[in-house]
Amino acid sequence: MFSNPFTTRKSVLPGFGITMGVTLLYLVIIVALPLAAMVLKTASLGWAEFWSIVTSDRALSTYRITLGAAALATLINAGFGLLLAWVLVRYEFPGKRLIDGLVDLPFALPTAIAGLALVTVFSRNGWFGQYIEPMGIKIAYAPLGIAIAMAFTSAPFVIRTVQPVLEDLSDDVEQAAETLGARPWQIFRHVIWPMIFPAFLAGSALSFARSLGEFGAIVFISGNLPFKTEVTSLLVFIRLDEFDYPSAAALAMVMLIVAFLMLLTTNLIQAWQLRYAERS
Amino acid sequence: MRAPVTPVPLHPHPEVRAKRASKDGGEGTRQTTKRGPWQVALVLLAIALSALFLGVPLAVIFTYAFGSGIGVFWGQITEPSTLHAIWLTVLTAIVVVPVNMVFGICVAWLVTRFRFPGRRLLITFVEIPFSVSPIVAGVIYLFLYGSQGLLGPFLEAHDIRIMFTVPAIFLVSLFVTCPFVARELIPLMEVQGSDDEEAAISLGATGLQTFFYITLPNIKWALLYGAVLCNARVMGEFGATSIVSGAIRGKTNTLPLQVELLFNDYNTVGAFAAASTLAVIALLTLVLKYILERAVRQ
Repeated sequence: MFSNPFTTRKSVLPGFGITMGVTLLYLVIIVALPLAAMVLKTASLGWAEFWSIVTSDRALSTYRITLGAAALATLINAGFGLLLAWVLVRYEFPGKRLIDGLVDLPFALPTAIAGLALVTVFSRNGWFGQYIEPMGIKIAYAPLGIAIAMAFTSAPFVIRTVQPVLEDLSDDVEQAAETLGARPWQIFRHVIWPMIFPAFLAGSALSFARSLGEFGAIVFISGNLPFKTEVTSLLVFIRLDEFDYPSAAALAMVMLIVAFLMLLTTNLIQAWQLRYAERS
Repeated sequence: MRAPVTPVPLHPHPEVRAKRASKDGGEGTRQTTKRGPWQVALVLLAIALSALFLGVPLAVIFTYAFGSGIGVFWGQITEPSTLHAIWLTVLTAIVVVPVNMVFGICVAWLVTRFRFPGRRLLITFVEIPFSVSPIVAGVIYLFLYGSQGLLGPFLEAHDIRIMFTVPAIFLVSLFVTCPFVARELIPLMEVQGSDDEEAAISLGATGLQTFFYITLPNIKWALLYGAVLCNARVMGEFGATSIVSGAIRGKTNTLPLQVELLFNDYNTVGAFAAASTLAVIALLTLVLKYILERAVRQ
């Protein structure tokens, strides 16, 4: 076993060599190699072919639908998440623990099962659909359904990022503001909101990122009509089904690049949030 | 400004949260806001929205699964292809979860007990599968092991088949769950520090003794917590498995794929019966999560 050659403070603990070896081997086999395989596959297409695939009309329409639905889903979750985080931290009420537990349901429930439940609830004869469809609002097999499926599967993000920050806020500033005659709304707007904003933004970004890649729940509820309710992940799946591997590779590459950009964004926001928390 | 040591975990482990809270006098000291009409309205709105948005989809699964009676439900569940899907799903969890636990412990030990260049990058790398769409996860494995893929010609020459077999499901499940245990252990082990372990080593304990008698008792709940979340993800994975498994009926169909297949066959009761077993697992996950969070706090 060799010891850590880089460390500034010599660690007396053993296991650097073996844990480094296992970690790197695992990451190379499970994560890096498959990613590299797809990048190579896409690179073999050549720029012109890649570009014509990813800017085809059908692909462009999936980007529009995916981005639009994900934006709407994130808006829903921003509102719902802020409300739930606030209520769960600030008030005592019967059933609070039940709701706090239920919040994680979308992460525990398989997305396909969520999709099955949502399409059943919102279809024409469903529990909600029978009241909503006569009003002229179509959710199942319509773009709105995609947004709802995305919102459901990414619902916990905003709540679970804002909640701990709200719990850690110290009373002092609020009490000072109250003593100085601030109204509850002013206290929220000028004292609490600036402190939870970084966490809120981080949660919303995570929610948006997850929505862009969602597949399981959407397959059930969207109806999968080209140019109408087809999201990018679905188009990738369809291209694979047609054995059109170059198209699948190119479109998956677009999704991968966007996912990396979102990962970078959320990491930057979270680093900012951490600095913010340390300062306050 | 000091760079953050670890990325802020999504839901900080309860013990980390408890430690943070105890710094400013514990959670009990917060004065809950006085009750007025506004507060009551907000609470009622939150309860109503949670019930509609989270409760109803859960209720609909069980209502449709048992709507035609328990006999019909049982008949659907014991259908050979559904039974096989249940078995395959359980098998995948049995294989993947322990591997992910070992990997999680390795990563957490490495990045919390040693300082080395590229440490932050390594943590980000572990987190990558979390930000990748399940569909992309399936596609990258197809382009590695598939006949069109990087290793395709080599595998074919040696008559090894990975794509559209059960091992492909294992591999892709390992990919999607890569960060699950590590992300629970890293913040906890960072907070706990390595003083106890260093003491044990200097008193002559071996590395393994130190791990099993000092480290493991300290992280056991967090480890279990990560394993429970990992298990839920493995059993429920849909997009990635649907690409690499080929969804061959009675061969490589996991439970979520079986649900889709039954639904597309217009067998609603069958689809909901199969779905209800996964919903029960989800509920068990939530209960275990709650128990583990309490166990960690005490």
